[in-house]
Parts: sequence; C-alpha cells; structure tokens
Amino acid sequence: MTFFRRYAQHYGALVGLAILGMVLLLALLAPLIYPVSPWQGVGEPLLGPFEDPAFPLGTDMLGRDIAAGLAYGARVSLLIGVVSTAVAVVIGVSIGALAGFYGGRIDDLLMRFTEFFQTIPAFAMAIVLVAIFNPTITSITLAIAIVSWPPVARLVRGEFMSLRSREFVQAAVVVGQSGPRIMLTQILPNTLSPIIVTASLMVATAILTESSLSFLGLGDRNMMSWGFMIGAARTMLREAWWMSVFPGVAILVTVLAINLIGEGLNDAMNPHLRGRKG
Amino acid sequence: MKKISRLALGLAGLVGLAAITGVQAEEAKTPVAGGTLNMIAQPEPPILMVGLNTQGPTLYVGGQIYQSLLTYGTGLEVLPSLAKAWDVSEDGLTYTFTLQDNVKWHDGQPFTAEDVVFTADKFLREAHPRWRYIANTYVESIASPAPGKVVFQLKKPFSAFLYAFELSSFPVVPKHIYEGTDYRTNPANQTPIGTGPFKLEEWKRGSYIHLVKNEDYWKPGQPYLDELYFRIIPDAASRAVAFEKGAVDVLRGGDVEGFAVRRLAKLDGVETTTAGWEMYSPVVFLQMNTRKAPLDEKRVRQAVMHALDREFIVKNVFFGLGKPATSPVASTTRFHSQDVAAYPFDMAKAKALLDEAGVKPAEHTVRLMPIPYGSQWDRLAEYVKQQVEQLGFKVSIQGVDPGGWSQALSEWDFDMTFNFTYQYGDPALGVARHYLSANIIKGTPFGNNQGYSNPKVDELLLAGASAVSAEDAAKAYAEAQKILTEEVALGWLYEMHNVTISREKVRNLVTTGIGLNEAMDEVWLAQ
Repeated sequence: MTFFRRYAQHYGALVGLAILGMVLLLALLAPLIYPVSPWQGVGEPLLGPFEDPAFPLGTDMLGRDIAAGLAYGARVSLLIGVVSTAVAVVIGVSIGALAGFYGGRIDDLLMRFTEFFQTIPAFAMAIVLVAIFNPTITSITLAIAIVSWPPVARLVRGEFMSLRSREFVQAAVVVGQSGPRIMLTQILPNTLSPIIVTASLMVATAILTESSLSFLGLGDRNMMSWGFMIGAARTMLREAWWMSVFPGVAILVTVLAINLIGEGLNDAMNPHLRGRKG
Repeated sequence: MKKISRLALGLAGLVGLAAITGVQAEEAKTPVAGGTLNMIAQPEPPILMVGLNTQGPTLYVGGQIYQSLLTYGTGLEVLPSLAKAWDVSEDGLTYTFTLQDNVKWHDGQPFTAEDVVFTADKFLREAHPRWRYIANTYVESIASPAPGKVVFQLKKPFSAFLYAFELSSFPVVPKHIYEGTDYRTNPANQTPIGTGPFKLEEWKRGSYIHLVKNEDYWKPGQPYLDELYFRIIPDAASRAVAFEKGAVDVLRGGDVEGFAVRRLAKLDGVETTTAGWEMYSPVVFLQMNTRKAPLDEKRVRQAVMHALDREFIVKNVFFGLGKPATSPVASTTRFHSQDVAAYPFDMAKAKALLDEAGVKPAEHTVRLMPIPYGSQWDRLAEYVKQQVEQLGFKVSIQGVDPGGWSQALSEWDFDMTFNFTYQYGDPALGVARHYLSANIIKGTPFGNNQGYSNPKVDELLLAGASAVSAEDAAKAYAEAQKILTEEVALGWLYEMHNVTISREKVRNLVTTGIGLNEAMDEVWLAQ
C-alpha cells in the first residue's frame, strides 16, 4: 500500500486534512477577500451574525468585521504554529541526537539541561519569556519554541540510543563513516516517523499556546489573532456572544484538524499498525 | 343620606391613607442607626494613611478614618469639615480657619490647632508633593494665634487656596503620634489614628478591611452605621457577582467594567449616580509627544484631533459613561470655558491639515502606548490606531505593563499615549501642571510629559493662579484654554463619568463633590 492510501484509510485524518486545507486557503487569501485591515472599523458596532449581509459573522464593539478577523487570525495562528514547531524540532533533534548517539557525559549534561526546561511549567515559562522580551510575533514564536522542544529531545534521544546498537549502524562504523555522517544519513532517516507525528501535534499545541497568550493580552498588539479576539470579547460574552464564539470555534476546529492529521500520520507511518483498518 | 355618609367614609379613608403614607415617607427620611455597609476596595490599598498615599482605594477607606479641614459640594461650593468657619482677608493673603470643638483623635487625645499647624507645616510639606508645592510657593507662615484658630499667611495671592483643603490634599494627621518620627516608617501607619467617624478594627490582607463606629465622633448621634467592610475581590467579574448576590451594597466607579455597569444598573432595587466626582472630574487625554516629528507640528496634532470621533469613543468604547471633552478644564469644575478651538470629527479636514503642513504621513511610524488599565483602554488604543492609520501614518501599538507605562511616560520615551488625571476643583491645582513649561520634569507620569511650552500660556496660568478676584482668574484661564486648544497641547478625549451603584436601602451615600471619599457619617440603612 502506498503511504497516502494507508493514511486515507483513516477517515478522520482525511477530514482533518480537508479542514486544515480550508484554513490554509483562508489564511492565504485573506488580503484578497478582505483588502481592508481587520483592525479597521467597517460597519456599525456590535452587529449580530447575519444582521447585515455584508458581515455574516457580525462586527465587534468597534465595528470591526469578525470574519475578516478570523481570516487574518488564521495567518497568525498557522504561522506561529508552524515556525515555532520547526524551531523546536531543530533544537530538540540536535540535542536528542547528540545525547542519544554519544551517551555518557554528553548525554548526562544534555539531559540535565533538558530536564531544567521540563521542570518549569511550559505555559508559565512562555508568559515570562514574552513578558521579558516585549510581545512581538518573533518573541512569541521563539518563546513557544523554547518551551516545546524538550519532549522532542527526549524522543529523539531514545530512538538514537536504540538504533545506535543495530547492525546497520555498526556496519557504518566499520566502514569508517564519521559520527555526524552516521547520525545524519543512517540513524536520522529511521527516526523521522515519530518526529513527524510528534511535530504535527506540537503545531496544535503551539496554536493553543499562542491563543492563550493573546487571550491574556500578551500577544503581538499589531497582529489580529484568534486568542486576542476572544480575550477582547470575553468581557462582553453576555451582550455579544458572537464576538467570542466564532474565534473559539476557529481554534477548536483547527486544533482538532491538526490532531486528526497527526493521528492519521501515526497510523500510516507505524509499521506495527500496517493492515489495521482505520 | 346614605350617599353622603359613604362619601364621608371615603374621604375619611383617603385622609387616613394619606396619614399612613405620610408616616411612611417620614420614616423613610429619618435616619435609623445601626447596620453594616459592605463595599469593595479595589485594588487593595497598600496603606490607609492618607497623608502618605493618595491612591483611589487609600482615599476611599482612609476617608472614613482621616478628615480634612474643608470639603466641597457637588457644585464645588466650600463646605465645613474639621474647620467650622473660615475667613479670607480682602487682599487674599490671610486665611483664618476656626476649628470644630470637642474633636478627639481615635486614641482619645484632643484634636487641637497644633495638629493642623503640624500637618501643614511639617508633615505634608515633607510627605505630600502637591501640598509641598503650594506651601513652598505661596505660604509665608502657618500659625495658631489662639486655641481653635489657624492662620495661613500667604506670600502672594493664590485663587485656588480654599480648594487645597480637600481630603486627598490636606488630611489632618495627629501631631502627638508623628512629631519627631520618620513619617514613612512610623509603625502607627499600620494602625491609623484619625478624627473620622470610623476606626480601623481589623485588616485581613487579601480579604477585607473592617472599620467600626467611632463612639466619640464629634458630630452628636453620628455616624449611624455600626460597621463598614471593604471587601477585597481581585477579579472584576467576581466583584459584579458579589454585588448581584448582595454580598456588597456599594460599587464605586471602576469597581466593575463599563459593560457590567449597564447590566447592574438595571437590577431591581438598585440606584446609580454619576455625582460625587466633581472635585476630581477626571479628563482622559491623548498625550502626543511634542518633541517628536511629526507630532511637533501643531497642524498634525490638530489633524489627529479631527480624525478622532469622540462621540464614538464615549459611546462604543466606554459604554456611554462620559462626555466628550472640549477643553483642558472639565465642564464640572471652576473656570471651564466654552470659547475654545473645536475639533469636530472630520477626516477630510484632517487630511487637508496634513497637506497644508506638508507632512507625508506614510513616512512616519507612530508608536502608540496604551495605558494598561484594562480592556476598555486597549479598545481605545485600537480605535486611535485605526483612525490615525486612515490619515496615512503607520501606527505600532506597544503593549506595556503599568510599571513600563509609568516609566516610559516619566522618561518621555513615547510618541503617543493616554492618561487621565484628577482636576481637584481648580485649574491651578489639577490642570496647569500639564502645561506649565516649569513642569517639564522627568520622573513623574503626571506632569508636562508631552513637552509643551508656550511662555504666553505660562504667564496666563500663573496670572489665573495669583488672581485675587474670581473674574480676573476666569479671564486669564479662558484665554489660556483658547491657546491650549488651538495648539492641541493635549488631545482631550472625554470627561470620565464614574458611576456609583448602590442598593436603594443605602441612604445619603453621595452628598458631596468628593463622593465616596467623604466621611460616611450621614449614611444610614433603611430597614
């Protein structure tokens, strides 16, 4: 079976892919659909959904279009989700690979360093980092990356430790390949499956973390984001539910989609589950 | 015959009914002693010693413990407090106060003129920046020529002097406790001793402040209430719920957010008022740093003012709790002038002004620092950003915490920010500080931080302050307001309305222009 057919056996994964595709499309097309900035008041304040056909999801207290906010928010969420995960994976894989391959003192040192990060609650640390470095999209992305790499490092270390003693690696050693080359060309390709699965789920967590930071008012104040929209609307939940409900649904659906994809990838890449009906 | 008797009966019945309702109305007006009033101190004050800290919650709680010489009505008329009478000489240089008799401190010591002299000459001169400025600039000597009399001799006339004796400016402190000590570290600050109607019983940090009736209070038969509780509830939504559930009876302006005010005001048996803030009359303004291009150009500031719809701000950002401001002097205080440059919402005019000034907005990025006091202020920043961006400028919002805001403002490190300050009843006390070039000093967020300087305005403001007659003062202040508005020394946005929400059973709650900071000696609870 090809990889995609294995993946497609899992219906949820297909649905997830479709939803994520739509969110991605929305994010890419946002400036075309809504040429006016999402911060700009364009209608009467506090219009409910469908009250005015021009604003199907209503407007907020300053007359800003909720739908435009969702489209631009998708850009921020996806961007931060993907970039921070990429950074976290690079850090995690490097540290995990070195620790797992060389073992001994290096392993001890790197793992104590990793544990240092693991013992601090991730979200609290993200708040502190963002507060120190002033909230901008770069600092938020880095803060999320810094708090989310330790699990990757742990995972990769485990994989490297178990693969290091396999015959094909010993063969590479005998042939005279250098350590870095063995790591990159022999072991790393064999650890890609779990890394990809973990990374896909990390994207979802990163989106949630960014939303939570924005909700608390620690987002980039010049970027429209879903968490910010809920944070700003939360105080008026009783008067104008649509202001918080739609961005909330957007977060829910996107995170769900990514989780479904992650599960699909897991099923498709895990050799033990080959042949399992999804 | 039958008919007549029936009529008579009916009449008698009506009279009887009238008599009964009359009695009820009478009962509803006659104060009843007893009861506990629950309020909220938000945020929890660091200290209750009003002479050392004049933050809102300190005044609110401390105003029940400490008292000042004078207080002020809702029309800012001067009213007696610890001084029962006062006299101003013809030349405006000698102020004589006659004190109330039989006043005692909470520890039983008698209150005397010596306490007032000590407060004015020693304590506040050292501990209170606003009084220090007045005392060092205008006051020649403070003395007590006879028991119960205090005389302030001025170096030069000061038209606002009678307004400088309000609670937050001049709380009288006990000489026998503070004389010869380090005021700030005196342990008595934790167990405040005042002359007010209530005494501190217990302060459970993070939970409540409990005050009890002062049995020896100098107004006979008062206070009516037995106990006051100031509850500490850090979350705004929980404070609203506490009022809804009846755990507290009074909400002060700012205790709950604007949207909750509208909801709570509609509950049964609830009263609201915006009175009781006349002395303070906070005016919210956009502060544009006049040192920085392009805001150094008067026409750019005028353009910004034309681009802001202040009606929209009041209605949609602050839930209608305010009134667009037209002048630096609030319309509720003395010497407010209508004859000023006006800035109606007009984008075309704003753009024309920028063209006229030759400013190319696209070349400028303006930093906008919101005041970090809650979601409404964030919305205000977002609104200003969107309007100023429509003029063509790029605006970048810089999120800061309260410490960061205060620091950036004090160090003049900002392009645009917001602020609001109390006016203290008279332009010389609360308004002039933002425009006098002598007040361009680093280190405080409440001075002339925008760097506005105009010798003519300096002259007019000082002339108003040292005028002997009210007419002369009004003339000078009107002229100053005209220039200040024309040059947009600050971008006045709106006059804040603070809503006091209370249950109907709470009577006589707001009686003066300092509102809930007034000693609650006349407040009583209907059964």
